[in-house]
Amino acid sequence: MPGIVIVDLGTGNLRSVSRAAAHVCGGGDGDNGAVCVSAEPRVIAAAAHLILPGQGALGAWIERLNANPDLRAAVLGRLRAGPVLGICLGLQALYARSEENGGLPGLGLLDGSVKHFAAAHRRRCNGDGDGDGDGNSNSDGDNAAAGKTHAANPARLKIPHMGWNRVRRVREHPLWHGIEDGARFYFVHSYYVDAGARDEVAGESDYGVTFTAAAARANLFATQFHPEKSQQSGLRLLHNFVNWNGE
Amino acid sequence: MTLAKRIIPCLDVDRGRVVKGVQFVDIVDAGDPVEAARRYDAQGADEIAFLDITASSDARDTLVHVVEEVAGEVFIPLTVGGGIRALDDIHKLLRAGADKVSINTAAVARPELISEASAHFGSQCIVVALDAKRRGGDGAGDGAGDGNSNGAGDGDGNGDGDGDGDDAGDSGWEIHTHGGRQPTGIDAVEWAARMVELGAGELLVTSMDRDGTRDGFDLALTARIAEAVSVPVIASGGVGNLRHLADGILDGRADAVLAASIFHFGEYTVQQAKQYMASQGIEVRL
Repeated sequence: MPGIVIVDLGTGNLRSVSRAAAHVCGGGDGDNGAVCVSAEPRVIAAAAHLILPGQGALGAWIERLNANPDLRAAVLGRLRAGPVLGICLGLQALYARSEENGGLPGLGLLDGSVKHFAAAHRRRCNGDGDGDGDGNSNSDGDNAAAGKTHAANPARLKIPHMGWNRVRRVREHPLWHGIEDGARFYFVHSYYVDAGARDEVAGESDYGVTFTAAAARANLFATQFHPEKSQQSGLRLLHNFVNWNGE
Repeated sequence: MTLAKRIIPCLDVDRGRVVKGVQFVDIVDAGDPVEAARRYDAQGADEIAFLDITASSDARDTLVHVVEEVAGEVFIPLTVGGGIRALDDIHKLLRAGADKVSINTAAVARPELISEASAHFGSQCIVVALDAKRRGGDGAGDGAGDGNSNGAGDGDGNGDGDGDGDDAGDSGWEIHTHGGRQPTGIDAVEWAARMVELGAGELLVTSMDRDGTRDGFDLALTARIAEAVSVPVIASGGVGNLRHLADGILDGRADAVLAASIFHFGEYTVQQAKQYMASQGIEVRL
């Protein structure tokens, strides 16, 4: 039975995740190095290390999970014990509620909700007394003076949040081992986690609003960013995961 | 603001081999896309783009194998474009390890492909590539330079805020397909907005007037589109030096800059480009 199992809900680039996991197993310690992508409840239930990835729409992801009760039961069972790494939707799905599609129910294992960047950016803009984001962004006509001004203007923030952003350590965790505080990871998402319990936040980032970049509770660790696409820092995090016992 | 602006080296691939020549000092096989990708990754590239320029469709599957191989050892995002016509082409590339696909001609031929693709795979992996050319042909005044085009960029930005309706239809740039050879009559800014509406997660904007000239991006074009859409914009076409890359961000208002020849011919490394951009106050991943 493979040690590392990647749950296949048919979204995202699972190949990248499995390749990166296999790459960090090359060193050989901890696991037997076998990685598989599976939607088979028996395989998922028996996984030594479970990775829950996902990209795109959370609604479709949850629907696919719910459409297969045996799979859902296996995933939920496995989330209760043994090391789990959630990636992107695999983070968002752990919370109870999402703004997507007017209030989608998640798995409810962590405390908080999933929100859209656009709403957060609008709230910031309204603080300037300028309801119209566009009007605001036009005011920086003197662009010779600066990248900084318009980069800092929330009205100009593009969605999705795409690219390399800094992750601030909120608390220590075995998965951060050997990664510097403030290291950059690759993100691509339009919804973000607004955590309800501070002690479940492992790392955070800023994009017009401060959001949860990594969450941790007991055997669960989940990232909004993509470790499989985050070069050295990401590979280090995956390496730490496959060598983690979930405690 | 801590999100870094991205530098994306682009590799043109024909029948599975890099063309235009990549000249790294100690590279064994300059035509091997895997080796080139590995080198750009080591230099700190934020993403790598592959553009398949293979003319015959039967040789296209070679790129899938290239992507597979690169994805096995380069752990940064990979964007692959060229000749994508259908959902099945996208599926193959994503399954091989591409993170995003860029679609150009097929989007013009059948715009619904973009909505179908984003519904199916998620808009985060659908990049629409726009090849735009100034109307009126000779591009007079281009050479007058960056100062000039900056002014135009700002003016346009203001116009947009007031109402897209007025100027939609004639921004001054027209979409071309088939590598820039075929005019479509479609206005570039209007097209950009429509593609985002249909689900494009990012736009790759190439100036056909500047591509290959090494005179710098068409900053007015880039700024105009960056102002008009809510998604990230990649500036492309015309980079000849590091100043041009910084201009693309500061004046072109792009979120990422793409370049081929300045990196291929070993004039600059990606690392040097980033250091220069950082010296200009641009947030980069060093």
